[in-house]
Amino acid sequence: MAQLFKPRFLDQQDQGSGMYKPLFNFRRLWQQSIAAMLAVALLPLLALAVVDYVINTRSLESEFHLQTARLVSNARRTLASYLDERKYILNFLVFDNSYDQLFEPRRLQVLLDHLKSGLGEWKDLGVIDHKGIQRNYAGPYPVKGMDYSQQEWYKNLGYTDQDNYLDVIAMRSNISDVFLGFRNTPHFVISVLHNNDRGEHYILRASLDLERLNSILSDLEVSGKGDAFLINHKGVIQTPSRRFGPVLSSFPLPVPEPSDRTEVIETRDHQGQPVIIGYAYITGSPFILMVVKQKSEMMAAWSAGSLKLLVFLVGSILAICAVVFGICTSLVNSIYQADQKRVATLHQVEYANKMASIGRLSAGVAHEINNPLAIINEKAGLIKDLFTFKKEYSGDHRLVGLIDSIIASVERCATITRQLLNFARNIQVSLQKVSLRQIVADVLEFQTREAGYRSITIEVDIPDEIPEFVSDRGKLQQVFINLVNNAFAAMKDGGRLEIRSRLGRDGRTVVTQVADNGCGIPAENIKKIFEPFFTTKSGSGGTGLGLSITYGLVKEIGGEIDIQSTVGTGTTFIITLPLDAQAKEGETDAGPTG
Amino acid sequence: MRVLLVDDEQELVATLAERLEMRGIDAAWASDCATALELVHKERFDIALLDVKLPSMNGLELKRLIEADCPWMKFIFVTGHGSEEDFQACSAESGRDFYLIKPVQIEVLVQKLNEVFAGTGEQP
Repeated sequence: MAQLFKPRFLDQQDQGSGMYKPLFNFRRLWQQSIAAMLAVALLPLLALAVVDYVINTRSLESEFHLQTARLVSNARRTLASYLDERKYILNFLVFDNSYDQLFEPRRLQVLLDHLKSGLGEWKDLGVIDHKGIQRNYAGPYPVKGMDYSQQEWYKNLGYTDQDNYLDVIAMRSNISDVFLGFRNTPHFVISVLHNNDRGEHYILRASLDLERLNSILSDLEVSGKGDAFLINHKGVIQTPSRRFGPVLSSFPLPVPEPSDRTEVIETRDHQGQPVIIGYAYITGSPFILMVVKQKSEMMAAWSAGSLKLLVFLVGSILAICAVVFGICTSLVNSIYQADQKRVATLHQVEYANKMASIGRLSAGVAHEINNPLAIINEKAGLIKDLFTFKKEYSGDHRLVGLIDSIIASVERCATITRQLLNFARNIQVSLQKVSLRQIVADVLEFQTREAGYRSITIEVDIPDEIPEFVSDRGKLQQVFINLVNNAFAAMKDGGRLEIRSRLGRDGRTVVTQVADNGCGIPAENIKKIFEPFFTTKSGSGGTGLGLSITYGLVKEIGGEIDIQSTVGTGTTFIITLPLDAQAKEGETDAGPTG
Repeated sequence: MRVLLVDDEQELVATLAERLEMRGIDAAWASDCATALELVHKERFDIALLDVKLPSMNGLELKRLIEADCPWMKFIFVTGHGSEEDFQACSAESGRDFYLIKPVQIEVLVQKLNEVFAGTGEQP
């Protein structure tokens, strides 16, 4: 199958030389033209595709970064103001109530109730004196009198005994990490520190649910299966995260670098997925707002689009390759065939020239020999005439016999020169009325000697029913000379050559078979047998041109040539010639007489 | 029947003339065109046997010269050269039928002469 589509020039070999050398190395020409065309067509396409991909990806990524940064910064503002508000509420309570009022349990309970009536998140209120002891408490737990002096948040407020708050009313606040505490539910604590008239500090402390914080975060519209949550500076998750675990579990990624501004970084999460992380440190609190988006999710829509483009790109590349391959192959094949034709024509021209030269030479030789031959003929004839007509010479039969033998020899020479002249003239003749039988006989006359030496039997069967027909006698002669030579080359000594003619089925053609019982031709060579330069007579002087010229000649006179061959059995060439161009009787006279 | 033989090979024409005489055909010969034309002017001939290639002119030209004087005469061409040009030219000129290649068998020549003389050649 591949053989069927394989261009013939791929098997080309530089057999010719000089003007018969192929004009190009067709295999290289083919490869070069395909490479050049592919490069010209595909490189810009690929470059465009790559550049487009890179630019798109980058702009999309920066778009995502910007989106994330905007989201984070908005959320941060919301959270910061939420926390600030809570601080201000506590500060307001401190300013609105005297030191003594705050230490009254009923008053504190009223304040807590009022806070709860507005926003349910407030869980308890406590007042802690300067020694860290909880003096007053409103809420569900019996923690009045607890000593907080050793607790972290208490220390974080920055109070030490050495601090002097006499001159200013200190206003310090603290927001704790989220912790479980006594209630065993996650909550956080806001504390504000103030001084009383005596310069002693005290702390108003409130616990808050996470609910509000959670709802602020969950209300964020985070695209790309994103996740918005808080962690503290130690990397403990403060509000529930969809992907990184519940509250108080540890955040699997490193805590991002502290920064005053909203930051967006790209990294991989604990599962190795690429993520875009936007984060912001919320000032005045231990919280870091984290927004984590799955990069693959964000790019999904774009990836689907670019996959279609990729499919289109691959399709185009395949189409371009196919077209380029087809065009180059057919172009190079055309050039190859033209070149083959050129070489074949050159050969035919050369062959024709050679034959014409031989023709002129032989005609010249024949002419030069003919004149003296004619004189010998006449002189011998005269001697014979003398013996025949004059009585005084008659009677010497031995002399008459000698003269007869001279005349016979002259006749033999004349036959040879006549053949030469015939041959020479026929090279140049175009159409004339020919007798197939005569042509075959003429051709075989040159071969009888070799046939005799090699004891090759030649059988000719050209029946009388084959009419004379108009054709190119010289070309026909060459065809038969070539075929007979070919057969002789294929046969061993003692072979058998048969030349048989019959009328074609429609009666308008004559079919001639030239069959030998020689070595035969392998099937794979039969296809190439009429190609120029194809020869099996390697090393024995075969040019590989005989059969290609024969083929050309048969075609020129409007015939067909076919071949049947079996290795070891022999080869039969079948020539079909048209009778159609048959001339009217008497229009052309055959050759010389005499 | 009187026959004029023209060929540059004197040996050939002389012998041929002698052999034709032996067969009862009255033959004269010339080995160049001038002699041939002289003979034609002096004597009457029925047929001229001309070599296609002659020293001063070719057989066709000679034929035309002779024909101008003696329109009744018929011509046979002989040549040692069987080239196509000769053949075509002589065929066209002489009605194609009277063209012999050397060496010619005397019997063939006699027969041809008789045919031409009797006007029964293959003339169209």
